[in-house]
Amino acid sequence: MGFFDKLKKGLTRTRESFTGKIEQLVMGYADIDADLLDELEETLIMADVGVKTTERLMDAVRRGVKKKEINTPEDLKPFLEARITEILATGSDELHTASEGPTVMLVIGVNGAGKTTTIGKLSAYYKEQGKSVMLAAADTFRAAAIDQLEIWSQRTGAVLIKHEEGSDPAAVAYDAVKAAKARGIDMLIIDTAGRLQTKSNLMEELSKINRVIQREIAEAPHETLLVLDATTGQNAIRQVELFTKAAPITGVVLTKLDGTAKGGVVVGIKSELSMPVKWIGIGEAVEDLRPFDAADFAKALFDK
Amino acid sequence: MIFEGLADRLQETFKKLRGHGKLSEEDVNEAMREVRMALLEADVNFKVVKGFIKKVQERAIGQNILDTLTPAQVVIKIVNEELTELMGGTQSRINMSPTPPTVIMMVGLQGAGKTTSAGKLGFSLKKQGKHPLLVAADIYRPAAVKQLQVLGEQLEIPVFAMEAGTDAVTIAKSSIDFARSHVNDVVIIDTAGRLHINEELMQELKSIKKEVRPHEILLVVDAMTGQDAVNVAESFNGDLGLDGVVLTKLDGDARGGAALSVKAVTGCSIKFVGMGEKLEALEPFYPERMASRILGMGDVLSLIEKAQTAFDVEEAKKMEKKLRRDEFTLDDFLSQMQQVRKLGSFEQIMGMIPGMGGLKKQLAGADIDLNGKEMKHIEAIIYAMTPKERADVGIINGSRRKRIAMGSGTHVQDVNKLIKQFAEMKKMMKKMKKMQKGHMGLGGFKLPFMH
Repeated sequence: MGFFDKLKKGLTRTRESFTGKIEQLVMGYADIDADLLDELEETLIMADVGVKTTERLMDAVRRGVKKKEINTPEDLKPFLEARITEILATGSDELHTASEGPTVMLVIGVNGAGKTTTIGKLSAYYKEQGKSVMLAAADTFRAAAIDQLEIWSQRTGAVLIKHEEGSDPAAVAYDAVKAAKARGIDMLIIDTAGRLQTKSNLMEELSKINRVIQREIAEAPHETLLVLDATTGQNAIRQVELFTKAAPITGVVLTKLDGTAKGGVVVGIKSELSMPVKWIGIGEAVEDLRPFDAADFAKALFDK
Repeated sequence: MIFEGLADRLQETFKKLRGHGKLSEEDVNEAMREVRMALLEADVNFKVVKGFIKKVQERAIGQNILDTLTPAQVVIKIVNEELTELMGGTQSRINMSPTPPTVIMMVGLQGAGKTTSAGKLGFSLKKQGKHPLLVAADIYRPAAVKQLQVLGEQLEIPVFAMEAGTDAVTIAKSSIDFARSHVNDVVIIDTAGRLHINEELMQELKSIKKEVRPHEILLVVDAMTGQDAVNVAESFNGDLGLDGVVLTKLDGDARGGAALSVKAVTGCSIKFVGMGEKLEALEPFYPERMASRILGMGDVLSLIEKAQTAFDVEEAKKMEKKLRRDEFTLDDFLSQMQQVRKLGSFEQIMGMIPGMGGLKKQLAGADIDLNGKEMKHIEAIIYAMTPKERADVGIINGSRRKRIAMGSGTHVQDVNKLIKQFAEMKKMMKKMKKMQKGHMGLGGFKLPFMH
């Protein structure tokens, strides 16, 4: 199965509850009235598009009705499809790499978002592309986090840089950048401990890691990826806002997108945060984490 | 802040509505729009919100507005009461089996915090004199078993694990025998995280349930979960029959609407909450606190109630008169402060006032220390003054300041600070007086949101 089909399959639930619901609405109503608009709003919110984005889309719909761009319920779907595709396509989701020397990726996020697993999958992805990969175990806090990353490094054939549990994560990052430079590594991926964005001491620790990396390679980290669990609701916005203060985020990795009806969260992130989505995870298998492609995603969301 | 608290927003809505009477349907509908937004922004499920709003609407229309409360406060009171009721009572208890071992199963999505919660629950039970056994039945995530083992070591709770390759059902089953022979009276099974739509893995949980017949199946839910919380809870409840919920990561800034969604669709009480990665006990769940948190408005209600009882009405009237005549002195300041203190610590009060959360943070870093100690100092300084000085701050010159500092065991800077603060407060009160034109229901010291 190609990735697009996989994506389509992963978004089945979203499509059913979102696109499918819109189609039902179109069938069920002869005219565009308040009830129809209420139900449309409900559909958008249930897909985790976000309260603000929903309001924005609903405003657009109301304006469309006024301006006679939307005349019948049938006009709703193409109208929304165009608007959502537009939102998805804003900004560039391209991945930054180093022009020379190692490309450094710093992976951050709250507890349980799926950072370590994401790194394992990223490692597999780059390995498959023939790149040399180094993983740095800078989550020195959570019990067995280092072991977890070590298993991934063994599975994917990546080099692992680790210190003791409880040691300074910035020191791990420092060693890793040094080692990656010395050994001519292509991709250095740094794992960090999960932290809630409200813990200022931990955010300070993160910005220290960032500084240490920057000191070694001025334009690094080339990517600072915030791993977001797609089941997260409105708190995602707070996460982006506060994490980026500690370590400027270049993009988001959305994990656990598969299976359930929450694909709409991508739309919310794009529209409310203007944050590039770099990777999406649509399954548990290693190859299910892929670079995000806005056009494909929109197509998979609306395709029959 | 991206969202203002509901209380602030309702205040805005009801700005035009002054005086007393009954809440009209129109007023209520307008207010309900705000309530709805607040709930949705807190990630309460849309359907749950709908049902809830309907209920509140019915109750609120025609409600009398009491003398002491504003229309906004009346609505908030109803919303809060309904929300608290919907959230259920405090039931932070585990169903203990009369014949040990009591078997507890922890289930949930990946990354919800099952392993950490299992450890914390074990710790809570251990503190209660039980002898828990932690069971590592997550055979999928790399190093999950190790994680539980490390936790067990830190907590000094035994961990049951089997060699790699053993299936989860066998591990769970064997752990019960192990617990029996090792006199462990509680068995906590940490299962692998899974998507609720993954049939194969849900089947595994059903098999474990069938084999070990747990007394308690706890769903671990991340407080940050969005609209999907309902589907997750429904599936797990449908497949397994849940006994309770553990809400994790509440130490963050998520509003935690998922709690309400989960409660509404499963009917299961939220038994515990997790507040951080440190290995302390799980904390009991307080419905009132959760209700206020979801509404993003601090503990307004208890503040309203406290304010009603703590302020002496006579005292308030006297104060009001003084204020009007601009006769407010340091003595009055002291008695105001002492009244306010009846409400709790200043910091607590700030936490309870909507929109003050941010201010509280600011103040904590600024020059006013809001804890009781600072209040004690202020008290001491004022007591060290002569009645004349208290009546007229203007006469307190350098040498008087020195004397007051000596007499109160503080420094001249402290005395200066207090005098400055007092002057500021007087200025502020003048402003407030102008704003509210004598409508002072609750006492001289009007809290900022109670106009």
